[in-house]
Amino acid sequence: MARRSTPEVNAGSMADIAFLLLIFFLVTTTIEKDKGIARNLPPKIDQKEDINIKQKNLFEVLVNKDDQLLVEETPMKLKDLRQAAIDFLDNGGLPNGDPGYCNYCKGKRDPLSSDNPDKAIISVKSDRLTSYKTYIAVQNELVAAYNFLRDREAQRLYGWKYTEMKKRLDEGEFKNTPIKEDKIREQLKKIQDMYPLKLSEAETKKN
Amino acid sequence: MAKFTKKKGGDLPAISTASLPDIVFMLLFFFMVVTVLRDSNLLVQNKLPKADQVEKLMKDRSIFIFAGKPSDRYKKKYGSEPKIQIGDKYTDVTSLRSALTELRGKLRPELQDKVMVALKVDENTNTGVITDIKEELRELNMLKIIYITTPGNPLDQ
Repeated sequence: MARRSTPEVNAGSMADIAFLLLIFFLVTTTIEKDKGIARNLPPKIDQKEDINIKQKNLFEVLVNKDDQLLVEETPMKLKDLRQAAIDFLDNGGLPNGDPGYCNYCKGKRDPLSSDNPDKAIISVKSDRLTSYKTYIAVQNELVAAYNFLRDREAQRLYGWKYTEMKKRLDEGEFKNTPIKEDKIREQLKKIQDMYPLKLSEAETKKN
Repeated sequence: MAKFTKKKGGDLPAISTASLPDIVFMLLFFFMVVTVLRDSNLLVQNKLPKADQVEKLMKDRSIFIFAGKPSDRYKKKYGSEPKIQIGDKYTDVTSLRSALTELRGKLRPELQDKVMVALKVDENTNTGVITDIKEELRELNMLKIIYITTPGNPLDQ
């Protein structure tokens, strides 16, 4: 009845205050996950070796100081580069029966374009004044071409996409099942060997 | 016994929410501690280019190099030519080597030979600077690099 307890300090609003702070921090802070295009630089070699590469196995991309593209001696828009690179890599120009014949290629089999994906080399040359934005965009398109072909082959052979599986592997999804992890690594390696990333970044031209 | 039953009778006591602030504060502190606002003070403009064919960066084995035009407040002092920043200060191409070696020494010993260099370069820089950096990296035999980008389609510019 009359026995009322002394009113306590109301701590209920404390939760609200703390929640507000919490939400503020949740919203403002972004846990930065840096992502990017990974590359391996060629090691430093003292003596210059001349490696003979047939012109037809070389896909030349030149970027000038005004960010314009010259692909295989014809000007090209950036949006067409991916398809052009796919066509070049997937060509498989050697005739059936040749040891280097590419039996999984679905390209035009033009004898004047690349022999097989293993021999196909993409060379990117840029001017010192090319903007970094365009440079990255070109790199991105070329990697996309490789990823497209690798995805296609992985889908055909194993029923999953190369890029998705690689992402899942990198995120450590298979850490608890080492046998499966090794198997997937092996399969990814096989796909990589089918379309090896051969991107040459020649030293930029001095002007 | 009668005494106890008498006490238990009546309304159910409300669930105490007194510990709720503690729980929330714990969460709050956790987030405050784990989230890093910014690793180093940026001295250069750093608007990263867009790309979508990306891989994740392994932070434990990476060294960051920033490059770009000096930020607005440093423009007066350093001009508007693209500059390289390592750690908290501007670095010249010629002193790049010592700065990188020093940074590599700070990594965990077992990861030092797996070092990855993350290039955070402003999209309006020209590639000449990148070439210079890459040449130095080849000299140092740090061959793994990664161009940090922001997600997005590079085609819609």
